[in-house]
Amino acid sequence: MSAHEISMSRPSVGEAGATGDWRNEYPVVAAETCVAAKQGKITCQICWAHCPDACIAQGMPPVIDLTYCKGCGICAEVCPHHAIEMRPEAAHGVCAPAEGGVK
Amino acid sequence: MTTKVITGNEAAATAAKLARVQVIAAYPITPQSPVVETLSAWVESGELPAEFVTVESEHSALTVCITASTVGARVFTATSANGLAYMNEQVWWAAGARLPIVMCIANRAMAAPWNVLNDQQDSMSERDAGWIQLYCRDNQEILDTTIQAYRIAERLNVPVMVCYDGFLLSHTVMPVDVPSAEEIDAFLPPRTAPLQLVDANDPRNIGPVTLADPRADADGVVRPGYMEFRALHHGALLEALDVIPEVDAEYGAAVGRSWGGLTWEYQLADADVALVAAGSLTTQLTLAVEALRAEGVKVGVLGIRAYRPFPAAELRARLAGKQLAVVFDKALSYGYEGPIAGDLKAALFTAENSPVVFGCVCGIGGRDVSPENLADAARRAIADLDSGLRDRTPDWINLRPEGGAR
Ligand code: SF4
Ligand code: SF4
Repeated sequence: MSAHEISMSRPSVGEAGATGDWRNEYPVVAAETCVAAKQGKITCQICWAHCPDACIAQGMPPVIDLTYCKGCGICAEVCPHHAIEMRPEAAHGVCAPAEGGVK
Repeated sequence: MTTKVITGNEAAATAAKLARVQVIAAYPITPQSPVVETLSAWVESGELPAEFVTVESEHSALTVCITASTVGARVFTATSANGLAYMNEQVWWAAGARLPIVMCIANRAMAAPWNVLNDQQDSMSERDAGWIQLYCRDNQEILDTTIQAYRIAERLNVPVMVCYDGFLLSHTVMPVDVPSAEEIDAFLPPRTAPLQLVDANDPRNIGPVTLADPRADADGVVRPGYMEFRALHHGALLEALDVIPEVDAEYGAAVGRSWGGLTWEYQLADADVALVAAGSLTTQLTLAVEALRAEGVKVGVLGIRAYRPFPAAELRARLAGKQLAVVFDKALSYGYEGPIAGDLKAALFTAENSPVVFGCVCGIGGRDVSPENLADAARRAIADLDSGLRDRTPDWINLRPEGGAR
């Protein structure tokens, strides 16, 4: 460690660590509701465009990388077809889920 | 070298020019304004080939300096009092990002109530932000210290505040020897290999969220956590205890003048009583010493040039064997005492042979304080010591609670 070292990061996968362990809710995409999956083409992708962690890959339906998804729920908020549901984590390092949620 | 009769502000501007600063951003505030007015005139005339960025606030002024310094430029700014307070967030950023910014502070009282006159509350209140702070006793020292500050800052990657008393120095003319450009170019080469180099082919985010613990980055390299970065920063400030005197000595060899490094003394060797202060007050204290010595009191001055890092070991050494240290602060940690007095007491706490420390508060908001007032305060402190006191609350010099015209 140099005495002159400063804090910096490079744009690459995982620069902020495995942010998935911050999560207490995780998103689940329902393919039968997602318009992209139903139409069989890369359309909509609004969830992909809004994910602040860039952990959603475009697709039919889009695929979420739960190693980095921090569980913010923005994708579920913005999905115009309500195709994404946030579910409580069954196990969490800090707090137990209310009402014994399942994963 | 030529001798010019100039103000402290002009000395600061001249130093920035000699340092060949590349980017200047500042917002006017009394009593600093003439520094950047002078620099902007030189940029306008072409005498100083620098970028002068006009901004709408001090916060933006320091932000411009931060960004320019990040990409490798040598930058300069100056401010006072509420301007410094307004940039406070970025004061911390500049230090934590380890940017070698030099900022002159024409010391002025903090509002409220509004007051443009001198004390040192503004910069003393930034004590813990991680900048090096150097205090100047006259206009020559302002010029020399501002040039030295770049060398110190660039060696350590730590920003430096060069502090001098508003109006008392900022607006007072005195003869100043101005080194030649060749002399300063030899002493202060262009800033090299900036740590924060920006490379479009290797983009990076500087100063990102840095969590508590060290962790591996995307390449698997373990990077420090926040606390490790802070420890490194603290280490750089401690290293400055060596670098500040080294640079002062190197400047002495190059230009023929040096200022004592961290601290300096006047008639202190055989003194029983040390009068301790930072800034222009110390030159007045030398006059108080002469008055007191004429009465047979063995007294001397201990001037503090570097307030951060605090030169604790050197102060302990210079004060060993003294009976009394009287500290004159132009600032106050409200609810406690003057900042230098408090720091000095802590530094001496476990020292062998250390003096009693009595604090005084003076010159707040421009309240005049004469060498006679300072000598009187020293006499009161000596009387307090003789009466058996070993600690006391600060002596407010020239406080007139009942008012009354002079
Ligand atoms: S928007 Fe939030 S919840 Fe959805 S995938 Fe991205 S990080 Fe996870
Ligand atoms: S926002 Fe909803 S509908 Fe659109 S792609 Fe994402 S999951 Fe499918």
